[in-house]
Amino acid sequence: MSALPQPLFASIQGAFEFIITPQSSNVTGGRTVGGIDQVIELTLTQLEVTLLALALSLLVALPVGLYLGHRGTGELLAIGIGNAGRAIPELALIAFMAAAIGVGLLNVTIALAVLGIPPILTNAFVGIRQVDRSSVDAARGIGMSEFEILRKVELPLAVPTLMTGVRTATINIVATATIAPLAGVLTLGDFIINENVYGENGVLAGAILVALLALTLELALAGLQRLLTSRGLKLKPA
Amino acid sequence: MTSVLALPLAAVGEVGEGFFKERTSDTLPCQSGDALFCFGWAKDNIGEYVSPAVQHVELVAISVVLGFAVAFALALLAHRHRWLRPPFLLGTGVLYTIPSVAFFFLLLPFTGRGRDTAIIALSAYTLQIIYRNTIVGLANVPTSVKDAARGMGLTDGQILWRVELPLATPEIVAGLRIATVSTVALATLAVFAGAGGLGDPIYEFINFKTNIIIAGGLAILIAVAFDAILFAIQRLATPWRRTVMA
Repeated sequence: MSALPQPLFASIQGAFEFIITPQSSNVTGGRTVGGIDQVIELTLTQLEVTLLALALSLLVALPVGLYLGHRGTGELLAIGIGNAGRAIPELALIAFMAAAIGVGLLNVTIALAVLGIPPILTNAFVGIRQVDRSSVDAARGIGMSEFEILRKVELPLAVPTLMTGVRTATINIVATATIAPLAGVLTLGDFIINENVYGENGVLAGAILVALLALTLELALAGLQRLLTSRGLKLKPA
Repeated sequence: MTSVLALPLAAVGEVGEGFFKERTSDTLPCQSGDALFCFGWAKDNIGEYVSPAVQHVELVAISVVLGFAVAFALALLAHRHRWLRPPFLLGTGVLYTIPSVAFFFLLLPFTGRGRDTAIIALSAYTLQIIYRNTIVGLANVPTSVKDAARGMGLTDGQILWRVELPLATPEIVAGLRIATVSTVALATLAVFAGAGGLGDPIYEFINFKTNIIIAGGLAILIAVAFDAILFAIQRLATPWRRTVMA
């Protein structure tokens, strides 16, 4: 690590100091900024808005995706929404939501859910569709109801694909939640966007914290995926 | 940030609580006050969006070409040496997970503000999608086809370039399309790296709906155009699929 240039080392040190101890800022009128309390507050806000948006996305996209996948209809809709969703420019979405509808937690949650719905919908549909039809026929043959087929046969087999969609949605949402301060929800992104208040140390601290938060969420979801994947599927050679 | 729109300077308010630039609708050059979209203003000012749009296209094109070159090379390596797959998947996965805005500022101590920073972060984001699709595309080539090629006397290198890669083209281009469309959308955030693009006008006048709709709409149009071009390339590169489909 001694090979690192001094300014870089100094800025990393500055960022960690910013995270731990409050510092004076010349634009807040004597109020200090940063420090562990504010870091925790903004982290929790970003986590809150991310999880709310993810829950809303799941609530909307999961039933539709599973239903269409089970019925085998609406492929154009399910795939089309997934493709169209990727083209939504994140900054324009947040800015438009704030300007046209208003700022605040609810509006940001809705805007972020718009980014989460497409990958979940498409992957739920594809995950269910790619289940071997003969397995479904066998389940129907032994007298399972349509709902039982979905819950006991199709859903477990679709978990890997479905969870890939949930992870993509989460990455999109938590990343865009970083610019939520533009719509009045102060997440960790505030440290990054608002350099004149938090200073260079705050910006780097914010970037480090946002990256860590995203990686932690991804790791948690990877763990969740392992838990949700049935043991039979794990035995299959990769 | 340089002003790219022909708006009166008075329209730029002071920076308030959080980040919001407070601006009332009557300071904006829109006849109908709080209208969703002012056609008159849009008609007079659409020219101001040309240069950010061109910048946007450049950012995306450079990032995707760079990302493709790296991801393709990684995929070819991992195709030959299986043990490289887990570390490559993990590495590209981490780069994919780090939010772009954070990535821009993590790069700041190394590359400073500007286009280079944006391009590095945006191309890093494309790696996983392109890499994974290339690996999957190559893995989906039936063994019997490779055996046949080997039987005809092709070397490993010839099999890769003349048999495996052509057959994997649909998957590779599919990955490229996903990566490109996502990058067009993400590049609106390049304004935070000081790299311009369509995020520049959005950020500059963030309360002005007409402005957001024009810039956001242009970003979506650029995404659709890129997607159509790549789709056309895929059709041209895989003529045998067209005859099968017909």
